[in-house]
Amino acid sequence: MAMTITEKIFARASGHKKVTPGQLVDANIDVVMCHDVTTPPAISMLAERGIDRVFDPEKIVVTPDHFQPPKDVKSAELHKRLDDWAKRHKIKYYYKLGRAGVCHALLPEQGHIRPGEVIVGGDSHTCTYGALAAFSTGIGSTDLAASIATGRLWFRVPASMKFVLNGSLRSGVYSKDVILTVIARIGTDGALYRAMEFVGPALAEMSMEARMTITNMAIEAGAKNGIIGFDDVTKAYLEGRLKGKQDYTVVASDDDAEYAVVEEFDCSTIEPMVALPHLPSGGVAVGDCAGTPMDQAYIGSCTNGRIEDLRVAADILKGKEVKIRTLVVPATPVIWKQASDEGLFDVFYDAGCVISAPTCGACLGGFMGVLAAGEKCISTTNRNFVGRMGSPKSEVYLASPATVAASAVEGKLADPRKYL
Amino acid sequence: MATAHVYKRDHVNTDEIIPARYLNTDAEAELATHCLEDLDVNFVKKVRPGDVVVAGDDFGCGSSREHAVWAIRGAKVQTVIARSFARIFYRNAIDCGFYLIESAEAVDKIADGDEVEIDYDAGVITDKTNGRTITFQPLPDFALEIIAAGGLLDKIAAELKS
Repeated sequence: MAMTITEKIFARASGHKKVTPGQLVDANIDVVMCHDVTTPPAISMLAERGIDRVFDPEKIVVTPDHFQPPKDVKSAELHKRLDDWAKRHKIKYYYKLGRAGVCHALLPEQGHIRPGEVIVGGDSHTCTYGALAAFSTGIGSTDLAASIATGRLWFRVPASMKFVLNGSLRSGVYSKDVILTVIARIGTDGALYRAMEFVGPALAEMSMEARMTITNMAIEAGAKNGIIGFDDVTKAYLEGRLKGKQDYTVVASDDDAEYAVVEEFDCSTIEPMVALPHLPSGGVAVGDCAGTPMDQAYIGSCTNGRIEDLRVAADILKGKEVKIRTLVVPATPVIWKQASDEGLFDVFYDAGCVISAPTCGACLGGFMGVLAAGEKCISTTNRNFVGRMGSPKSEVYLASPATVAASAVEGKLADPRKYL
Repeated sequence: MATAHVYKRDHVNTDEIIPARYLNTDAEAELATHCLEDLDVNFVKKVRPGDVVVAGDDFGCGSSREHAVWAIRGAKVQTVIARSFARIFYRNAIDCGFYLIESAEAVDKIADGDEVEIDYDAGVITDKTNGRTITFQPLPDFALEIIAAGGLLDKIAAELKS
């Protein structure tokens, strides 16, 4: 009866004693995440079919974030549709302007993610929440509409791949470098349809924020979900944070659970990484690309816009001036306030950075820092597809906050270790 | 007659299918005017109703935006044939009642501009230009049920009413 953590969560959510990879199950959803781009169409689809209902107003969490605040009339209309709907259905956890933030940073921070639960969201990076020993995955608007109305959804139970992170990270190397190394090895479809389960001593040493950077990018390897087992770090993170229901069920993979693949990594040999355009799998050691001139540096997003990320960037930027336009985008209002209180904004201001309100903004080429043709951006975000941050003739390079900050100082790709 | 628009590349992603600069709307007709714009800026000028798109591995990777399916459907493309599909795109298409064909053979045998005919029930693609026939595995029954109902929400709406 051995099962992985992902299989156990599906078994519980679908009322089975055991599930196996490939099995179709109808699972109960514990939390549905809604934002301003994919939820308005879901609302309209339901309305067109006369299904104007939500399965549970306390299990739907709403935050506009992609075009937040609205960047133009059309996006303002999307926000208005979301706002009208959230109010009409008395959605309990609706984070409006001033409290709204980048969804995948906001939901764990605000205590909406519990271990052992099933979370879906209308955004591919919903896989982030797996860092808290939960199953979470991104869905489209139709699935979102179905989840909102019924609280249930069909799933095919994914086979699991185990990623063993051995050793300890060296100074100047972060969890972003680890996940870029993993994706460089297996490719952007290396985990297609599968669960990526991360274990190992290097992971045990990571903070919850660092772990979320890893699970955030599971989708960049094509995975259905990324997941990390429960431990003391998880427990400490959840302490006093949960909204609503305070109890949760800890599930763990059995020792004899079956994995489609086991991949081992020696994290003590990982270098600061840069994913070259135009795929997240294009990771190389920074030494192999240092010196490439950049036009913009971007520090933020659901991947690396949390307080620890901003602290790392500030440590490098302290007392220096950036050579290229540099955007700092705290992912949530709480992070923004904390960065302000800690004096990080003084560092960023003195260095010549722009400090933005929380938004997904330029990560997806929306607004607040999009790129012109021919421009290159070094970014802490998760995607470097063609045109991702603006012109289809621009280029995006992905790296850790430390590497992005060092590159901002030099105006070209740079190794952060010389600034530590 | 359906013309094949062949892009042999792998990892054609959702940002290329419908760039985020157009995500401030969910109007299908408007999205359709930008379909595949960052992959081939001339695609919308070339495509005719009923045409097919052919591509390599991992088609539709990236964002969960169903707008990618709507843009393709809105451009009146009848199906996408790919060596493989990214998970969320594949699921979104089924949920929308939009049939996708996974076939490595088709990607190898169909050339850009070829005229093709597809028998979905039999799982056969006929390339009228080169005379070859290609068999494919039709979608599994649960997906066909969703497509037959007109999409997942129509299926759910019918179940809720009954």
